[in-house]
Amino acid sequence: MKRRDFMQMSGMGLGALMFPSVPLIGNPVSAEHLMEPWLDAAAKKQLSETALNAAKSKGATYTDVRIGRYLQQYVFTREKQVQNIVNAESYGIGIRVIVNGTWGFSATSDVTPDGIAKCAATAAAIAKANSKFQKEPVVLAEQKGVGDKTWKTPTVKNAFEIPVKEKIDLLMNVNGAAMDNGAGFVTSNLFFVNEQKYFASSDGSFIDQDIHRIWPTFTVTVIDKAAGKFKTRDAISSPMGMGFEYLDGVTSEKIPGPNGLVGYRNSYDMVEDAIAAAKQAKEKITAKSVMAGKYDLVLDPNHLGLTIHESVGHPTELDRVLGYEANYAGTSFATLDKWESKNFNYGSKLVNIVADKTQPHSLGAVGYDDEGVPCKEWDIIKDGVLVNYQATRDQVSILGEKESHGCCYADNWNSVQFQRMPNISLKPGTEKRSVLDMIKGVEKGIYIIGRGSYSIDQQRYNFQFGGQVFYEIKNGQLAGMLDDVAYQSNTQEFWNSCSQICDKDDYRTFGSFFDGKGQPSQVSAVSHGSATTRFDGVNVINTGRKI
Amino acid sequence: MAILTKEEAKKIIDKVLAYSKADEMSVGLSGSRTGNIRYARNSVSTSGETTNLSLAVTAVFGKKSGTSTINEFDDASLEKTVRRAEEIAKLAPDNPEYVPMLGPQKYLDINSFSESTAGITPDYRAQAAFDSIDPCVKKNLTAAGYLEDTTGFSAIGNSKGLFGYNKSTSIDFSITVRTADGKGSGYAARDFNDASKLSAKSATEVAMQKALASSEAKALEPGKYTVILEPTAAVDLLQNMMGSMDARNAEEGRSFLGKKGGGTRLGEKLFDERVTIYSDPQNLEIPGSPFGGGGGRFGGGGSDGRPQEKVVWVEKGVVKNMYYSRYWAEKKGVKAIAPPSGFIFEGGTQSLADLIKGTEKGILVTRLWYIRAVDPQTLLYTGLTRDGTFYIENGKIKHPVKNFRFNESPVIMLNNLEAMGKPMRASGNLVPPLKIRDFTFTSLSDAV
Repeated sequence: MKRRDFMQMSGMGLGALMFPSVPLIGNPVSAEHLMEPWLDAAAKKQLSETALNAAKSKGATYTDVRIGRYLQQYVFTREKQVQNIVNAESYGIGIRVIVNGTWGFSATSDVTPDGIAKCAATAAAIAKANSKFQKEPVVLAEQKGVGDKTWKTPTVKNAFEIPVKEKIDLLMNVNGAAMDNGAGFVTSNLFFVNEQKYFASSDGSFIDQDIHRIWPTFTVTVIDKAAGKFKTRDAISSPMGMGFEYLDGVTSEKIPGPNGLVGYRNSYDMVEDAIAAAKQAKEKITAKSVMAGKYDLVLDPNHLGLTIHESVGHPTELDRVLGYEANYAGTSFATLDKWESKNFNYGSKLVNIVADKTQPHSLGAVGYDDEGVPCKEWDIIKDGVLVNYQATRDQVSILGEKESHGCCYADNWNSVQFQRMPNISLKPGTEKRSVLDMIKGVEKGIYIIGRGSYSIDQQRYNFQFGGQVFYEIKNGQLAGMLDDVAYQSNTQEFWNSCSQICDKDDYRTFGSFFDGKGQPSQVSAVSHGSATTRFDGVNVINTGRKI
Repeated sequence: MAILTKEEAKKIIDKVLAYSKADEMSVGLSGSRTGNIRYARNSVSTSGETTNLSLAVTAVFGKKSGTSTINEFDDASLEKTVRRAEEIAKLAPDNPEYVPMLGPQKYLDINSFSESTAGITPDYRAQAAFDSIDPCVKKNLTAAGYLEDTTGFSAIGNSKGLFGYNKSTSIDFSITVRTADGKGSGYAARDFNDASKLSAKSATEVAMQKALASSEAKALEPGKYTVILEPTAAVDLLQNMMGSMDARNAEEGRSFLGKKGGGTRLGEKLFDERVTIYSDPQNLEIPGSPFGGGGGRFGGGGSDGRPQEKVVWVEKGVVKNMYYSRYWAEKKGVKAIAPPSGFIFEGGTQSLADLIKGTEKGILVTRLWYIRAVDPQTLLYTGLTRDGTFYIENGKIKHPVKNFRFNESPVIMLNNLEAMGKPMRASGNLVPPLKIRDFTFTSLSDAV
């Protein structure tokens, strides 16, 4: 489902049953049921062997099987009330085969030997039907079977074990704090996800993984009825690959910014942020409307993460580069010839961007991808130059590499896996530099915090981003809040205007919990780390209108 | 198994309700079979088929409610699901906005099911992909497309005697054709309930033509232009506006329909007087679901049981209705109008070619892309043109132009209406091509 649809639904406060078409959302169950154990690894191995054998007997030259149990707990509140609590479970099996050099996929919730055999036969029949018109047979990078393996997100507190009441109490405190500080309305949500995935392939891999993710968020609205105006401020939390401990709000993980602003690293103080949000939304009502023009931008990691996601993450997906997403998400300006030239200046020399699926606490961190490939870290942009892409087993040979990058993911057992973005992060600067140091050097600029409106073209050249809060920078100092701010730029121009990056002490991850891609659309969760970064002379427009 | 008949569905729902010990209980039962084929680089990339059947039970005690679902249908599983929903309800906090369930309702007769769609096989999908790829290969063009067909049903019932059933099919097809040098790109999209109305081949021809015609685009200065938005372009902005017509948000002062000093703009003339938008679930071209009040393509378990009916949202430029949750309508003492599943924008009789002919200077837009809200207060959206943007002069398409980024509000746009053509189905709605003056383009994009 599209990220936008999802947020609209939650915003409307509709019930659990509002989600019939969301593949991620399974069948609502009790909170206790989420803690019940599922099939053990031995049973899953046996079922996956049934699938592997059935597919082989139908002519498959390669088969992979994903037996998945996907758990979600979502809590939605507004002001003083709980709007909805969704406890959902979805389980089933997805079987992917290669027959006659062509992919076929089928999935079923009937996880019995009969159901599995039928499903494998359907996958093979689909592959056969499509192979009639196939001109390029699938070439898979070699992946030796890894045997029996397990991997688990390192969590301190399993969010599913925390009583629902504790979660509601937290959100009520958040809402109360916002209302006490001038909010007219507040909605707050908690999202918890647990993917229990068993992967087996005809290569001889049998991988059992237990993956946890969390996202606390809210929107505070302040209304000025007399003026007929309203302003909002969203949480500056980040979705994380963590347990409930992310909500501990420990002081050591807070990063103090200018003018009492606070950034959060691997621990989030939701109540503190709600108070700040209410105050800032109120300030936005009377904030000065920006004068359009060129500004030096100082971008907080909680904002910059989305810019990285859209302008580096998506354009370096190899499937987009090759044209596989041409009909939907689009293609990419970062074409193979640019990569082959070894001198395409994606950004200034300061820009070093890495891909990984290993960073602790990140959304992308897993042991193995959905093709059974062990996860790793690699460079995408080195010293400003484009050096690599993100690829899967059936793509990586195009790059002259023998080993997949491990970027294959499916959002559910009933979705077919394909290339998805790993964590894509900007390395912090090597020189010691705080946000205050950076601001001191800016004459005419804007300091932007938080994820706002975002839009980019289908080849990832031209983009426009908003934010949550904007502060004018005048002669090295913050000079009050601005409103109606959005910046427009061209990806290459923008990254080449990168002139300073704060050091590792300011480094944090931003995350996208429901990143959409593909047809049918699938979601995935991905983190983007960075420290506060400066970009010079960026075009800022004024978005104020009257209707 | 996934597609139950009305009788089969009712039998299961009745059985579930018989297990209930709750004050109120509602049941949603839905099933679907969805198949798809995706191709790119003139070759099939992924293809699959998924079936699903699931049952959702909501139990209510006082103002506490709990929901549980399952996809197993033996008696023990059904009873277990009911007990689970009841347990969850008992543990839930009071919902002060809870509204008691509806009793029996009369639903409109709607035919949104087609045998030709229900009978689709993997071979049909592969053939459609071939029909689209083959002409492109012959012209040295590259096709990327997607076809998805769904056959589904949804049934709802509750302990107050409400029961509804609907069976529906749909097929969606979209195609992007690019020139070998990557300088031209064209797009076409079609959606129907009845697959026999779809010709993948003729939709592909439109996209091919646009790809060839859009090569060697010239750059125009960004600024305010007269545009002709084809239905596939106009629908996205209009859908966003229709999705913002919630009464509660307006009355709480946080919507484009909120008014200075309080209250809403209901009854105000907000658009050009030629703008009339309504919804009609019985419209033969875009049949909706008989029951609404929720989401989901097939009404799903998402419906609160409210019958969908014909509603006029905007008449001659005046805002006539907003949609309500049942709670908010009860609080305000008004009829709980459900949000529509699709809308009909009344157009004119002119063809797209007529609109172009009548344009002295303007820009023809095939498709808009990556549309995001910039300011919910004014419904300002940003996004880009894509896959075929052309300059019109003296009633003729002169040459392709580079894509633009726009920053525009559908409210402002519908005040700057110059002319409208004949409505066409687009994403489940009926939308005419719209000729708009002073449409705001704020920058150029190099993307093709």
